[in-house]
Amino acid sequence: MIALVDTPIDAGALLSQGSDPGAAGGGVVAFIGAVRAETKGERVLRLEYEAYREMALAELEALAAATRARFDILALDIVHRVGVLQPGDVAVVIVARAAHRGAAFDACRHAIDTLKQTVPIWKKEVFANGAVWVGDRP
Amino acid sequence: MRVRVLLFAGLRERLARAHVDLDLPDGATVGAATEALRALHSELAGRTFSVALNRRYARVDAALAEGDELALIPPVSGG
Repeated sequence: MIALVDTPIDAGALLSQGSDPGAAGGGVVAFIGAVRAETKGERVLRLEYEAYREMALAELEALAAATRARFDILALDIVHRVGVLQPGDVAVVIVARAAHRGAAFDACRHAIDTLKQTVPIWKKEVFANGAVWVGDRP
Repeated sequence: MRVRVLLFAGLRERLARAHVDLDLPDGATVGAATEALRALHSELAGRTFSVALNRRYARVDAALAEGDELALIPPVSGG
């Protein structure tokens, strides 16, 4: 499952579903990205995520296809949330399933690292005394 | 020809709009479009961004056609 959603992500449901018994792997690795309470010692009030939806979905699909081609995995799910999130809220869940744990770990790491570099999604950190778009320095 | 340029995140806020329509000479490229935008909008001075053409990352020498959808992609920060 590859998706961009506006509502809370149920990581547990993602982990338990999709386990087609005929294709069940021995290693399931999940990365769960959540909103930090602090950045550089400053308390985060909320994060505002924005996406170029159509392109972000296309990039996520391409990223998933490339990850499946590169690593020996059975399945890869990526769900990213957009909108206003509070500290502790889950922003992204990636689940990689493989016959063995090594490929699942590697694929999951590759998927989140690449997502952060290529998928057109942005987050604004809002603090008590201002806000910044992460990574956007003149 | 006319193309639409979508704006996101910090660039959307700086220009206070979600898109800009641009009239360009036939045969214009992605690079020509960004030069025209920078000339029209001084708020873009010093800002770095990639450009997407019809929802894919594009090179500056890619040719544009009437009705194309461009997007300025400031540094992404998903995850």
